[in-house]
Amino acid sequence: MTFGDKMRRFFRSEQGVGMMLVSPTALYALLLLAVPLVAIFVISFWTQTGVRDFDTTFTLANYKEALTDPLYRQLMLRSLMVSGLVTLITVVLAFPIAYFVSFGVKPEHKSLWIFLITIPFWTSYLIRVFLWKVILGYNGVLNSGLLAVGAIDEPLSFILYNVNAVIITLAHAYAPFAILPIFVALEKIDRSLLEASRDLGESRTMTFLRVTLPLAAPGVVAAVLIVFIPTIGDYVTPRLVGGPGGLMIANMIQTQFLRLNNAPLGATLAVLAMLIVAVIAIVFMLLGNKAAGGNTGGRRK
Amino acid sequence: MTIKKKPSGPALITLQKVEKHYGDYHALRDINLEIGQGEFFSLLGPSGCGKTTLLRTIAGFEDYDSGYVMISSKDMRGVPANKRPTNMVFQSYAIFPHLTVLQNVAFGLRKSAMSKAEKTKAAEDALEMVGLKGYGHRAAHALSGGQRQRVALARALVLKPKVLLLDEPLSALDRKMREQMQVELIKLQREVGITFILVTHDQEEALVMSDRIAVMFEGEIVQCDDPEVLYRKPKSKRVADFIGVMNFLPATVREEGGKYIASVAGLGETEITGEQCPAGVPLGEATVGFRPETLTLLYEGQTATHREAPATIEEVVYYGDMTYYDVKFEGVDKPVRISMRNIFGRDVLDVGAPARVSWSPGALVVFGAGE
Amino acid sequence: MKSLKSYAILYLIFLYAPIFLLPLFAFNSSTVIAFPLTSFTTEWFTTLLTLTEMHGALLNSLKIALTSAVLATILGIFAAMAATRYTFPGQRGIMGFIMLPLVLPEIIVAVSLLIVILRMGFNTGAWSVIAGHTLICTPFAIAILQSAFASLDPSLEEAAYDLGETPASTFRLVTLPLVMPGIISALLISFTISMDEFIIAFFLTGAEPTLPVYLFSMMRFPKLLPAVMALGTILVVLSILLIVIAEFFRRRGAKRAGLKDTGGFL
Repeated sequence: MTFGDKMRRFFRSEQGVGMMLVSPTALYALLLLAVPLVAIFVISFWTQTGVRDFDTTFTLANYKEALTDPLYRQLMLRSLMVSGLVTLITVVLAFPIAYFVSFGVKPEHKSLWIFLITIPFWTSYLIRVFLWKVILGYNGVLNSGLLAVGAIDEPLSFILYNVNAVIITLAHAYAPFAILPIFVALEKIDRSLLEASRDLGESRTMTFLRVTLPLAAPGVVAAVLIVFIPTIGDYVTPRLVGGPGGLMIANMIQTQFLRLNNAPLGATLAVLAMLIVAVIAIVFMLLGNKAAGGNTGGRRK
Repeated sequence: MTIKKKPSGPALITLQKVEKHYGDYHALRDINLEIGQGEFFSLLGPSGCGKTTLLRTIAGFEDYDSGYVMISSKDMRGVPANKRPTNMVFQSYAIFPHLTVLQNVAFGLRKSAMSKAEKTKAAEDALEMVGLKGYGHRAAHALSGGQRQRVALARALVLKPKVLLLDEPLSALDRKMREQMQVELIKLQREVGITFILVTHDQEEALVMSDRIAVMFEGEIVQCDDPEVLYRKPKSKRVADFIGVMNFLPATVREEGGKYIASVAGLGETEITGEQCPAGVPLGEATVGFRPETLTLLYEGQTATHREAPATIEEVVYYGDMTYYDVKFEGVDKPVRISMRNIFGRDVLDVGAPARVSWSPGALVVFGAGE
Repeated sequence: MKSLKSYAILYLIFLYAPIFLLPLFAFNSSTVIAFPLTSFTTEWFTTLLTLTEMHGALLNSLKIALTSAVLATILGIFAAMAATRYTFPGQRGIMGFIMLPLVLPEIIVAVSLLIVILRMGFNTGAWSVIAGHTLICTPFAIAILQSAFASLDPSLEEAAYDLGETPASTFRLVTLPLVMPGIISALLISFTISMDEFIIAFFLTGAEPTLPVYLFSMMRFPKLLPAVMALGTILVVLSILLIVIAEFFRRRGAKRAGLKDTGGFL
């Protein structure tokens, strides 16, 4: 068989057709995602010399600056802390909701509940964040409302333009993200497993701890990742409600690119942020895998 | 019992030396078949034996590596499924959920030269034929399993194909419905006179419905015969075991003065004929097989018509109309199953009771020891 | 379960509370966004009519959202068909990479695209926003279309082919009508995402802002805040409307395919 024959055979085979079908989309992702990500990585080793000009000699200066300057370190640590807290809050608050919809709602009403929970997610993120600024402001909705009903004598000031506001706002915005994966994992649990546990003499609480929770673990792991990864790079929320003390790494990346015109340093911060996220995500996935007794990989059904 | 008459005349479908591989997996091995006009033909085998692959090869959904598939003496190589004179009833029925029942049945008539009224008439006639008169305007997704099956039949038959291919069409139905549809399918096939090729893993279904059955194991047709021959004279132990229940006992066979004598464990010596050895006379070590219904437990006062052997009853399984007894012959460890029809006034025998078993040498089938 | 239900209802109220404030203040005559409410007015909606710059941004956004939605849906159809119907080498890796924008922080997508575009000597504009939005909408379109294609029994297509149709007419008569609800749903979701997206547009929009970018600039002026609430009300109502329609089509698709609805887009 010649090479040409082999190619012709491949493109008529199932594998070949699949490859051909996926290639436009894959090519698009390659050009607009892979190439730019590689470019960011490469540029992080360059030096900016003019508006659009770079000195392309390899240097680690950007990394040195990013890792030693206390400002960048503080921003990075704050971003990690904020997204860690946001993740913890959203997942803890979301689990009972997912549990309720999966176990406490009639099957025919489940999709309505899930739909109601996800609707706010589809409305403009910018507007939702802006609304929190309006709600939490010194003369905002919350303070004016509490003053009007006489609950407080003077406006609360600890709720806007600081880290607290960032955490509240992000926790609100990412709530549906945490509910969905946990709900899906709970839905997959064969209900007869719970009956079996009760039949074997376990109480409701122990059944929950020994059966439900371990089987829901993959959903919790997914929820944690799906909240943690995007929040660490959030730009809008710290910008609108964070004040100077609530800024995060994404704001600095934007500043480096658009204000200070130092793309290589901005790229370095972006690369570092992605690296840290990737490492934490992988470590967490491995831990989650272990906690779930290794059942994250081989899914039932 | 009379064997259903095999349709005569030239073969409608001829397969010669058909071979197919999926990568390293040998899916079809040297398939040779001739299927006649108007025949009800079954491909029977366990799952993964290649029967569905063979059916889809005839339909034109699967390529084959080498060999010939001919329909009406025309080579089908390179002829796609939509140009073949075959139509298929799919295992899932594949009823188009976005169309009504009538639109489903008329689907294949889109390109025909008939007028719109004629197409509707043809589709309605087909629906009437499968017992769904007046269902035309129902939504397809509102049908029950049995109704879907009928729509699938009507949809294929309205095109008057030369061959109707049925891929496990009854496997999704419950037992009662399945037995009812078996009878209806036989009647329908006689009525339309079209060649039916049925794929099934259910040996009972194949025996009930078919004029001829091809048994497949591992991509190979191991025996192709009419149901009675297949049941009475299976060519190998494996076929015998797959179709119905067959008891096996070890034996030795020797030749004595132009006659064959088999010495069977627990039963003793008996003369056998070459006809009882479908794969040739196995001299030396052999295995003897016999169906549960060829043995009879003798009650007091009854005498054996042919031969008699002493045994002990090990297990009694009561089925209402039938009772199955597992008995042990003297000197044989493995129990043998006997099926007895329950007759009014005759008691079921007890476990542990000694018994006399009547058997006839002519009912034995003799295989080689290794097969 | 009783206490869980009250918790769930409180949670829903918490989720929706900010959105419910929008119309409250959009129709409130005070220029300050605070309680107590004063009197009903539609003045702020009239103000929107006078902001001609906003009209340009709206048109720009509509153009971008429409194009991105169509492109993302087409790319989504290819990938969803490949992923549900075929197996091909490196399938998991390729599909995983295509779905990556789902979790990647948008700022990373935005800056990396920006740097490549500038480095190659192009200027940003509506086209670059479309490119970015298509990239982030495609995974959503794939998620929806994958379930549409997965619920389509392959033997339906084989049946049509067996009944004499060609591959092309089989696609037209069977495949397309059955996945159409999924396609419409994917279009609407992608349109909504693009219409609301801020960060990528903020980085890549060039001289002509999109509606969210314009809205962001409005937020700096306290005088314009009531108008922001009015515009926000319109956008949120539109989003919810589109999402409800999309959900309607998705469910109809699932019903057609004879499936039991399990709810949710993702």
